[in-house]
Order: sequence, then structure tokens, then C-alpha cells
Amino acid sequence: MNNPIKRWFPIFVIPTLVAFLISFVIPFISGILLSFTEFRTVSDAQFVGISNYIKAFTQDSTFLSSLWFTVRFALVSVASINIFAFLLALMLTRTVPATKLFRTVFFMPNLIGGIVLGYIWQVIINGVLYRFNYSITSNSAFGFWGLVIMMNWQMIGYVMIIYIAGIQNIPNDIIEASRVDGAGPFTTLFRVIIPSVMPSITICLFLTITNSFKMFDQNLSLTAGAPANRTQMVALDIYNTFYSRTGYEGVGQAKAVIFFLIVAIIAFVQLRITGKKEEEA
Amino acid sequence: MKTSSFDKFLFVILIILSAFFIFPVFIVLINSFKLKFSIAATPFMLPTDETFIGIENYIEGVNNTGFLSAFGWSLFVTVLSVAAITIFTPMTAWYIIRVKNAFTSILYYSLVFSMIVPFQMVMFTMSKTANVLRLDNPIGIIFIYLGFGAGLSVFMFSGFIKNVPLGIEEAATIDGCNTLELFWRVVFPILKPTAITVAILNTMWIWNDYLLPYLVIGNDYKTIPIAIQYLKGGYGSVDMGALMAMLMLSIIPVIIFYLSSQKYIIKGVASGAIKG
Repeated sequence: MNNPIKRWFPIFVIPTLVAFLISFVIPFISGILLSFTEFRTVSDAQFVGISNYIKAFTQDSTFLSSLWFTVRFALVSVASINIFAFLLALMLTRTVPATKLFRTVFFMPNLIGGIVLGYIWQVIINGVLYRFNYSITSNSAFGFWGLVIMMNWQMIGYVMIIYIAGIQNIPNDIIEASRVDGAGPFTTLFRVIIPSVMPSITICLFLTITNSFKMFDQNLSLTAGAPANRTQMVALDIYNTFYSRTGYEGVGQAKAVIFFLIVAIIAFVQLRITGKKEEEA
Repeated sequence: MKTSSFDKFLFVILIILSAFFIFPVFIVLINSFKLKFSIAATPFMLPTDETFIGIENYIEGVNNTGFLSAFGWSLFVTVLSVAAITIFTPMTAWYIIRVKNAFTSILYYSLVFSMIVPFQMVMFTMSKTANVLRLDNPIGIIFIYLGFGAGLSVFMFSGFIKNVPLGIEEAATIDGCNTLELFWRVVFPILKPTAITVAILNTMWIWNDYLLPYLVIGNDYKTIPIAIQYLKGGYGSVDMGALMAMLMLSIIPVIIFYLSSQKYIIKGVASGAIKG
């Protein structure tokens, strides 16, 4: 078989392939290699074994605390965003007037960039706390809940849209049938609606989990880690290790590899679990 | 269908919730017209005769941050990167689906894999590579965005191409189209809905992106997020009035874009597109 398309490889594949190699593949592989070396500028890299990985956990108290902060943040945000978004989706798939307009409004914050979002919420949260003579950086709990509220404001609309699409895909006769069988609204919700939207739940959980773990811009602009790095998430911690501490580039890269592995494992496990639920449904 | 009384109750709830969603943007708007010293302590107060200063904050902010040039660079980088992604990635996706071999499947899975990798994993080595290859300018960064955008875009295009029947393409080949003509005259028009979705998702991402342009071109060319971060993160006390005005100026184009292409944005998101 001589596929005529093959001759067009240089035009169809080369531009994307070369861009992908330069911006992702080469940096990714050299990133893994560099995590086992000590370096300032890459060309001066010297092999040091796993000592960067050990340093990441021992010499560096901020890494573990940022990881723990990120995990707590992700748990609270993922739960709250998905619950609120699902409730909104339920409301907006009923015969309420002006559902399109509400959808437009709830989705709007998602388009505003992370840096801008952080400063908007900083003004609002500081405005409230000012009355009690506090600011967002006076206590790490303020920063934590500030980040959670901001993330909810940003993501609820996005996740809601996916749930609305899922609910609208349920054939009407299934819901009718369960009503005829005498099922109340809660039975219908838990026995019919939720199992039918499992694919949407898979996507939304994946999206909210990975976004919560990877959050950087909003963290930088809302609290920048203050007070004393106690509201610093992993992405920001890695950034600071690279760019504000000379001699720690290798440790920063090792942290980045650990961070990548954590995100990959969580995403994989979550897709497996919810994927199974989808098959059962 | 009739609106039940329960739905009327929900309607009221939804109006209250909408107010909460609009509130933050409204606060920025009113404060952008206020004297800079009356913002931090009383952001929830409407401008009064004493605190209202018209568009002074906007003039101050635009002059201090170089907002107009930031707007220009944001527009330049976003438009050209999205164009590059929308031209090259559907061609690659089509090639991957139509030429099945070990190479194309490795390429496909590497692209999908790249979607879950956190940016911090490659941030340092990528910006060094860009520097060595002289891609650290507004033209070079377009190439980098093509590489980073390829994962999601190829993934979405190939999902769609799998369902395009081969018969149409075979008929066009018999009519004497070469492969490039075949793609742009026959295949791409079928892919158009996906192309619009891909273009919009990439626009939203690149327009708002901060860290990548900051590391690659941030010293010489500031996009809007970089300009705002400089304004706030710079030394000395922050001019709150200018900050509010700049936040407002960066929100306005986004809202105009949203209201004009809202139908496609909602459709793209509903199709389950994933962008982290």
C-alpha cells in the first residue's frame, strides 16, 4: 500500500512536530535529566544522583507544607465547585425563565485571566477584612478561603456548562418512566440523573482536580504565598525555588518532577475510578 | 410549558446568585472612577462628589503601565498563535488518523500526554531552549504556543476526524485533487465547527497566559497580564486607582469577545473540551 498522503509529511506534520519537540518534548526530557544534576545555566550541569530529591524533602521545609496546602485546597475546591455547579445545572435545566441569560452570567468569570482575578478578589477580601483591622495576608486561613472562593467564582460556570449538557442528554422518557413508577424527586436524582451524567462527572472532576493542583497565576496575584509562604501552593513553590534562590535550580527541577508524577497519578486513578462507574451505570 | 411556583422561587434565587457573580466586576468598575486613597478601605462605597475623579485613573494607568503597547502585544501574540494552531494542528491530526503507523501513534499519545504535564515541569528548560534558539521574541513565541497548543488541538481534531467518512475523500481524489487541495477544499470545511472551538479555547488560554510569555519575552515585550503584574508587584506603594482602571481595561475586551462569540464558547465547553 502506497498511501499518497505520506508524501505530504513535511507540510502536514513537520511544523507541528518541530514546535512540539522544541517547546515540550526536549524540555520535558532534559527536565527529568536535570533533576539528577546540580546546575545554574544547564550547560554546567553535574550529576549528583538523587540528592536533589532528598533535599526537596529535607532541606526545604516549604515543599511539604505547600504540597499539604495544595491538597487541602484541592479537596475543598473540587467538592464545592462540583456541588454548586451541579445544583446550578439542575436549576437551569428546569422551566425557569431566562435560563440562557443566567448561563451567560455564571460563565463570564471563567474568561477573566488568573492574574486579573487575583487582584479583583484581593480588593474585595481586603475591603471586608479592613473593617476588622486585618488584611488577606495577616492569617493563612484568610488566604486559604480567599483562594477557595475565587476558584469557585472562576470555575463554577465552566463546570456547570458541562453538567447542563450532560443532563440535557438524558432521554426524557427515562425520567418520565421513573416518575410513573412513583419515584420522588430525590430518588430520580440519585437513581436516574446522577448515574446518567457519570461521563460529565468524570470530565468535571478531572478538570477541577488538575486545575486546582496546577493553580499558579491566581495564587501569585491574590496572596503571593503570604504570610510567610503559608498560602503558597506547589506550582508557586517550584517557581520560587527556581527563580529566587540561586543554587537551588536542581532542587526546583526535582520538585517539578515530583509534582508532575503526583498530578499524573491522581489524574490516572481518578479517570480509572469514575470510568468504572460509567461502565456500571 | 407553564412555570410552576417552585420554578418562580428558583428564579428569584438565580437572580440573587447572578448579582453575586457580577458583583466583583461591578466593584472594580466603581472603584476605577474613585480617588486612589478612597479605594482600599472602602471599596464597597459608590463614588461620591469628593471621591469621583472621572477617567483620571485610566489616564494615569495607561501612561504608567504602557497599557496600549501591552494590549498590542497581547493581540499580536494571541491572534498569530491561534492562527498557527488552527492551520497546522488539523493537518497533523488528519495525517495521524489517515496514516496509521507506529510513528503517528507515538506522536498522538505524546501529544495527549503533554496535556496533563504541569507547566512547572518544563518551564525552566523550555525558556532556556527558547533563549538558545532565539525564539524569545514575539514571532518566536508563536512557534512555542503552537507546540504547547498542539496537545489539546490535535486531540480535539482527531476525535472529530475519526467520524468523517473516507468516501468523500476518495471521491475528491478521483476528481484529481492533490492531497493538500483535498485537505483544504474537502476535509477542513467539514472540520469547521471543531476549528472554531479550538480557536476559541486557545484564544482564552493565550490571551490570559502569564507565566509562559513572562519567562520567554517578558523583559522586552509585556502582554496585558505581565503589565498588570508589574504594576502591582513593582516597588513602592501601589496606585490603587490605576490598578482598578487597568483591571477594568483588561476585562472589557474579554467581555466583548465573550458576548460576540458566546454561542461557540458555550458549545465548545459543553463538548467536554479539557484545558488545564
